[in-house]
Amino acid sequence: MRLSALARYLPSRKRLPEDLPPPAESGDCLDRDRPRSRGSLQLRHVDAGSCNGCEIEIASIFSPVYDAERLGFRLEASPRHCDGLMVTGPVTRNMAGPLAKTYHAVPEPRMVVTVGDCARDCGVFRNAYGIEGPVDSVVPVDLHIPGCPPEPTVIIASLRSVTGR
Amino acid sequence: MSSEGAVSVIQVVGLFVAGPLLVGWMRKVRCLMEGRVGPPVHQVLRDTVKQIRKERTRPEQASWVFAAAPVVLIASTAAVAWLIPLVSTRTSWGASADLFAVVYLMLVGSVAMALGALDSGTAFGGMGASRAVMIGALAEPALLVAILALAIPVHSSNLPVVISGGISHPLWLASPQRILAFGAFLIVVLAETGRLPVDNPTTHLELTMIHEAMVLEYAGGDIALVTVGEAARLALLLGLMANLFLPWGIATHLSMGSIAVGLAVLIVKVAGFGTLVAAGEVFIAKVRLFRVPELMAGAFVLSVLAVVAAVVGA
Repeated sequence: MRLSALARYLPSRKRLPEDLPPPAESGDCLDRDRPRSRGSLQLRHVDAGSCNGCEIEIASIFSPVYDAERLGFRLEASPRHCDGLMVTGPVTRNMAGPLAKTYHAVPEPRMVVTVGDCARDCGVFRNAYGIEGPVDSVVPVDLHIPGCPPEPTVIIASLRSVTGR
Repeated sequence: MSSEGAVSVIQVVGLFVAGPLLVGWMRKVRCLMEGRVGPPVHQVLRDTVKQIRKERTRPEQASWVFAAAPVVLIASTAAVAWLIPLVSTRTSWGASADLFAVVYLMLVGSVAMALGALDSGTAFGGMGASRAVMIGALAEPALLVAILALAIPVHSSNLPVVISGGISHPLWLASPQRILAFGAFLIVVLAETGRLPVDNPTTHLELTMIHEAMVLEYAGGDIALVTVGEAARLALLLGLMANLFLPWGIATHLSMGSIAVGLAVLIVKVAGFGTLVAAGEVFIAKVRLFRVPELMAGAFVLSVLAVVAAVVGA
């Protein structure tokens, strides 16, 4: 039965996630004067044309192994409840308008975090048909997380530089 | 200020602080059972304080109804918290703490939120409002009839009288009508506060949302009010349920000692019920929207049986 399986599992499990290193210094591209709240960051994820590699890594930062939620990070369903956007992929022509609209739907002060190399320079999709450009050609970018795709530990370390926790 | 007034002030202030902490605690319980560490218990308070400092956006086409809804939610919750016996059976205006008055005061907040969601003018707001009103309309008769079963033995629907009756007649608490009414009450509380299996409070899928869909357009200070108001409602309903079905420990006279004990026992009871609800949620999935009426019908049958048992037993 499920309950007995849980009763066996809970005491025996290895403590996951493992202890984290101390938080990194503020990200270089982030405005240091931006008002922000320690230990609380809600983001709206926008897939602007990604190959879904970054999505897999983003999903895994909320898994039991990395458990980013314990540091105050959450992906929210509404941009109105958020502190900013988390954008992945090069911006396709069809997503340029929705991305800009979503950005303006976030209450001030708002920030944009881009995840993955495509968001910065379009990666392998550069000059492709249907590509509008990198994310900073549509909305201002505050923090970039490099990688193709970035590892979950890298994403968490960069986000911790925003909240300082 | 009279001592009764002091009790009411403690209840109102305590509820708006304890509500977010209860939600944080229930998230923590879920996370631990899922093998995660989870956010700290005060994370909801921390998020709320941050939201207050943010910009308050409102839809262009929304009227004053949209802005008034969170305030009405908070006000109705505060009014109920002022009246009902949570810490002590002797609250200010305790004679007005009628079961029916309390149910309909809570309903004022629910209706205000549904109107605010309609007023936002978005598709999801209207959809969430229509679903919430449907579930509310089905839950209300089950709740009222369950309350009737509790009111019959004491010949009064006044909450302090019902709870005092439970303390002085401990055998009533194990009677069939109490147990049946408890089942009905629990299902209604889960439906009214948007918990599993009726609604999933952590969902990201707009099409499956009920309560979340209604608050998608609120931002900044408005969403902070909504979060605190709904958390306080959850704590209030769990506290009321705890006192109706396990009344021991509630202060029956107005000394400092008994009020302190009443407060401590209430915190333990609400945290205990919250732990059980959160632990139960790990094992169940949300039922389909069209099966929610069956669940509510089940609650209604339980409450009718409770009334039958109360009438036959009395």
